[in-house]
Amino acid sequence: MTEILAKPAPPQAKPDRDPALEPRIDNPILRIEDLSLWYGEKKALNEISMEIPDKQITAFIGPSGCGKSTLLRCINRLNDLIDNVKVEGDIRFEDGSIYDPKIDINALRKRIGMVFQKSNPFPKSIYENVAYGCRIQGINKKRDLDEIVERSLRGAALWDEVKDRLDESALGMSGGQQQRLCIARAIAVEPEVILLDEPCSALDPIATARIEELMQDLKSQYTQVIVTHNMQQASRVSDYTAFLYLGELIEYGPTKKIFMNPMKKQTEDYITGRFG
Amino acid sequence: MSLLPTPSRISTVDRVPGAVESGTAIRRKIRTTKFFGDYRKRSGAVGQALTWLCGGALALNLLLVILIMGLLAYNGLSYFWQKDLMELTLKDGRRILGELWSEEKSAAETGTRAAAAIDRIRLKIGNRDVGGLDFVWIDAKDIARRSRPADVVMLERLEWGNFYGTMAELRQGGQVLAAGPEAVWKAFGPLHERKLQDLHRIEKLEKGEIGDVNFQIERLRLAEKKLDIEKVSDAERARRKAALEREVAVAQGRYDRLAARLSQMRDRYQAETLVMKTVDGETKEMPVGTVVRAIRPNVMGSLAKLRLYGSRGVEFVAGDPRESNTEGGIFPAIFGTVLMVFLMSFAVAPMGVLAALYLREYAKQGPLVRMVRIAVNNLAGVPSIVFGMFGLAFFVYLVGGTIDRIFYPESLPAPTFGTGGILWAALTLALLTVPVVIVAAEEGLAAVPRIVREGSLALGATKFETIRRVVVPAAAPGILTGMILAMARAAGEVAPLMIVGMVKLAPTLPLDGRPPFLHLERKFMHLGFHIFDVGFQSPNVEATTPLVFATALLLILVVTLMNLVAIMLRNHLRRKYAGSAV
Repeated sequence: MTEILAKPAPPQAKPDRDPALEPRIDNPILRIEDLSLWYGEKKALNEISMEIPDKQITAFIGPSGCGKSTLLRCINRLNDLIDNVKVEGDIRFEDGSIYDPKIDINALRKRIGMVFQKSNPFPKSIYENVAYGCRIQGINKKRDLDEIVERSLRGAALWDEVKDRLDESALGMSGGQQQRLCIARAIAVEPEVILLDEPCSALDPIATARIEELMQDLKSQYTQVIVTHNMQQASRVSDYTAFLYLGELIEYGPTKKIFMNPMKKQTEDYITGRFG
Repeated sequence: MSLLPTPSRISTVDRVPGAVESGTAIRRKIRTTKFFGDYRKRSGAVGQALTWLCGGALALNLLLVILIMGLLAYNGLSYFWQKDLMELTLKDGRRILGELWSEEKSAAETGTRAAAAIDRIRLKIGNRDVGGLDFVWIDAKDIARRSRPADVVMLERLEWGNFYGTMAELRQGGQVLAAGPEAVWKAFGPLHERKLQDLHRIEKLEKGEIGDVNFQIERLRLAEKKLDIEKVSDAERARRKAALEREVAVAQGRYDRLAARLSQMRDRYQAETLVMKTVDGETKEMPVGTVVRAIRPNVMGSLAKLRLYGSRGVEFVAGDPRESNTEGGIFPAIFGTVLMVFLMSFAVAPMGVLAALYLREYAKQGPLVRMVRIAVNNLAGVPSIVFGMFGLAFFVYLVGGTIDRIFYPESLPAPTFGTGGILWAALTLALLTVPVVIVAAEEGLAAVPRIVREGSLALGATKFETIRRVVVPAAAPGILTGMILAMARAAGEVAPLMIVGMVKLAPTLPLDGRPPFLHLERKFMHLGFHIFDVGFQSPNVEATTPLVFATALLLILVVTLMNLVAIMLRNHLRRKYAGSAV
């Protein structure tokens, strides 16, 4: 059961601003405020506060089990599906609370899309996979759908590879293509934020490079949050990086600064490979 | 303190082979350890024995299946093959004509038990209307002479079974049209053809127009009865009653005209008679139209026999039964079986799939759900006759009785739905097979990965949309597997059906051209029960034994065919979602 305690919005700037945790972000689209999460008795996230910049790529890094995927799944409330989850704190999305009990959770998820660790195309044709989100929203006109499918597949740099076999099963594609299809599926509903949960962990380097390239292309239109195990990937693709460890946000700042000149010892140890 | 030689004491050249040697020694030691025997040899032997055991078990199963099918096919398919007619002259001068059915010979022909030796043959002599017996046993030692006369004729008839003998005369009224075996045989062919057409016309009239009129009259009668119990003013009632009576009069008039025409047709149909002579000289006169088939088996070539075989096979599959099911076809039984299974599938699919969806997708997994699951599994083990009793008590008496009281009060006390019928049979079997569907559907649903569901939810779909658009299609092949198992079980089930609507002989099919076309309240015939009925309840069990085998073979074929269709559907779905989880 999910327990929601939506707090009133706290004052904007705290007096004791920690430069390691609160970089200057001009136009945040998401504000995570004192977010804690328990799986049963186990506390997985501990009072995390951070701001996610609009139309930028933010990376969550950290060793396994540090809570970075959990934090990501809080943003579109996918953790609600798990039994015995308790959440405290709040996430503000464009001045509304994500954890507001009155919110339409499905409408929220339409605005915050997600790409998963393992590609998960539906057992349908390529076309129907991309059109799925639109059909859910009641867009059923063939002409509209054709246009959306083409635009999304082009957006995901997949159009040229699949345009002749849109009616074939999506499960017959290669792993990299499937993952790009999932991205196309996510952008078909025109979300504002795309959450990427280790999108390249099951892909070979070439497919990974294509996804990373794609992320850069999408940057102009979408805010992206990526969870990754791969520190090179984080340094390559992201603008901001957050380092989490054991459910705590250790350090958060512009990627360049985190990787070149980390302020915390733990961050330095992790990114230089001394642990984790 | 190493036991190994230190590098300083031996040269580097020696060291390498030494190390290899010690490794080999260890390996050899492991290999020759006597305590557990030679590991590799032992495991190889056990593995091989196990492979043989498994393969042998499979081979045994296959052998049994092939044996069953072969037995059914041999016994069933030989039924349609025409045997020669044999005329026996016994030592006491009696003559017997018939088909050689079986021979019995005991091996003890020599030595002290020679007296007990058995050597006898069984003939099917037919002519039930003359002699009363279909079969006789004849001791071989009594037979003086065996022959196969060319002019003997075998008649398949609508009544009284086969007739064996020679053709004597063809009559019309008192007038003789032809006499003598050859003349009658020549004249009989075309005449018989015409009579069969007449018979066909009569049946068409009976089932078609007369059936329609009867249906109409029955409807009007019920409407009249309904008027009596309806709450309307007396004037209105009188007015409507008069209208109904006018309609009845019109229908009755039409019926009378049709009946007159029918009786005329019947007279014409029965005008010509055939006089047959048995081998011992008795004569028997019968209308030409009652003969289904007249053949001279002893002068038939293989091709003619093959054609006869085919035509009998078609009659068996497509014809109506006659002579209390011991002859003719079994089409109504095939139709009833297929339709019942079809209706059952329609009932069980939503019931099972929705239950599985709730158990797997919506219910909170806990002790209660576990208990429900155990109960569902146990339900599959309940004897089927118990389901039959439930069907009788609940569907037939309670539900059917209530429907009758509310919707068909005019035909009471004669029940409409309050008696066994194809709907109740299908629902009873649906209950019987629902556990199979639930279990299979649950497994199919469980095999849909969580990440696929999350993918759908993350696109803003609700749980219901996710289940409808992603989960159920992905689980469809698994669900169809359950349906296949359920259909196979339902098609073979007999016991519960005997008390909820299956009958030995149903006058009408549950599906016909009169509204509402599908008559769910009608009783129906079933292949499984047909086997039991023909094999064990018929007055002429000896003659029908091959029919039982043929029917059993057909039942298996029907079930296989229905399963094949379902399997093809499943494979189509699988191909469509190639590489899907289930």
